[in-house]
Amino acid sequence: MERLFELVVAASLINNFVFTRYLGLCIFFGVTKKMDTSIGMSMTFTSVMVISAALSWVVYNTIMVPLHLQFLEIMVFIGIVAGFVQAADTIMRKVSPGLYYKLGIYLALIVTNCIILAVPLINAGEGYTFLESLVFGLGSGLGFSLALIIMASIREKLELADVPKPFKGLPISFILTGLIALAFIGFSGLITL
Amino acid sequence: MHFDALNIVNFLLELIRTVSNGLVPMVGVGGDIDVSGPVDLLEILKFSAIFLAGLGAVFGLGLAIAAQKFAVKVDPKVEQARNVLPGANCGACGFAGCQGYAEAVATNPDVPPNLCAPGKAGVAAALAAITGKAADDREPEFARIMCQGGRSKSARRYIYEGVPDCRAAILAGGGDKACKYGCLGYGTCSKVCPFGAITMSEDHLPVVDITKCTGCRKCEQACPVKVIEVLPASKQVLVACHSKDKGVETRKNCQVGCIGCNMCAKVCPYDAPSVANNLSKIDVDKCRSCGLCAMKCPTGAIRDYIPQRPRAFVLDSCIGCGICQKVCPVEAASGEHKKKHAVDQQKCIGCGICASKCPTQSIDGTFNAPEIMAAAAAKKAARQAATAA
Repeated sequence: MERLFELVVAASLINNFVFTRYLGLCIFFGVTKKMDTSIGMSMTFTSVMVISAALSWVVYNTIMVPLHLQFLEIMVFIGIVAGFVQAADTIMRKVSPGLYYKLGIYLALIVTNCIILAVPLINAGEGYTFLESLVFGLGSGLGFSLALIIMASIREKLELADVPKPFKGLPISFILTGLIALAFIGFSGLITL
Repeated sequence: MHFDALNIVNFLLELIRTVSNGLVPMVGVGGDIDVSGPVDLLEILKFSAIFLAGLGAVFGLGLAIAAQKFAVKVDPKVEQARNVLPGANCGACGFAGCQGYAEAVATNPDVPPNLCAPGKAGVAAALAAITGKAADDREPEFARIMCQGGRSKSARRYIYEGVPDCRAAILAGGGDKACKYGCLGYGTCSKVCPFGAITMSEDHLPVVDITKCTGCRKCEQACPVKVIEVLPASKQVLVACHSKDKGVETRKNCQVGCIGCNMCAKVCPYDAPSVANNLSKIDVDKCRSCGLCAMKCPTGAIRDYIPQRPRAFVLDSCIGCGICQKVCPVEAASGEHKKKHAVDQQKCIGCGICASKCPTQSIDGTFNAPEIMAAAAAKKAARQAATAA
């Protein structure tokens, strides 16, 4: 139990995908202009991450390890994530149109996102158990959501700020990201072994 | 020479086997495969191929079944409608973006095809063609700034040095302007306008470019003092003031505010303006845009959007009835009974009242003359058609 909690904290704060691993930056900068979109994205992202972590753990540990096919992991995980997201898209459209209109546009964006791929890869590399993989996926999703929400709330305020012309838009966002990343380094002492 | 598929595969496998046995005895393959000894490349390739093909087949089949089972029929009209819409997602139609309107107009019979303000008549006609609905002409609407009190003409209560945005300025004690109904002048409307139709003047007042304005109401919603109104294009004479303060107060705060003096109501030949809560309001349906009130308004709060009013002149068809003399507010029309009258070009203000009252449509040149002539011609044609039948 303690280990699982540590995993969540490690994945969301200490090794935050955006601020310490610098992954998923395209979506991070793309959807953080507005709070609504970043919240929608966070929800979609977290759920896809948990489910794809579970699926890929099953495929990896029940098929790939016995057959010694671990070297195929990148290809297989991309396939699993893309297939799952596509299936989710199709099913959600029919079963719950309301949810589809809210989250469907984000679903298409994350098919080949690097964080979604990184979670199964790290799970496989670290040799996590099924439960640990799920928790790691959840923690990563929470960390990404946290990053999106922090950034969106700052950028909404930034709209009103008097930013020097050359820094308007993306440049100031990159500077901000760097500053937040510096702050996140502070979490690195959170868990001591 | 005959090759079938199995032969080719066998040939390839044989080739790989020879190569792996002879030329490349050891291959670095990664994963957890031990490369200290010879590696059976064929074995790995076989498993990989079967595994990947199997995985692909499972996903492919799963997706195919899902697509079949969970198929959602999309009306092709929706896509067509979406393609004709401008894609500005301005929300003027009242739906969530262009996609929302496209779906509504294609599937809901009660949604008219002419709601797209930026698309104007062209898009309305195209949507009508796609959906088979009747497209009524929609009068274009433009944003109007209902305040003329720029920095030079209005008083300020304090110096505001915060974020240059009206929405922020109003948080600081209701804004720096002495008049709480007036335009704050920090240009929020020009920032939110998706079409770049609003620019800020030197005097910190928004200026609407009516060639770019589509009437999408984005600025109307964004303005924290609600000083912007989106009104039909034909509404050319407006009380450009929202001040409900008493006349004395308004006068103190602003040189061009409406003080509720009732002058406009007195001079209007059509009873369009009326004063309530110390503020005059012009009834759109009654106003004929003669501009008399704008001329008489002591503070200049009424704005005439017709830039230069052309003067009236009398045509040869004049029967000398003298009605124009009676209705002219500035005594520009003159002439003897039953003889052709004349309009004094110096005195005429181009209000068009005489043109609209003339029983023979003999007065031309005013802004409303073409409209009156066309209406009369249509009436005549209708009468002829009736007698012929």
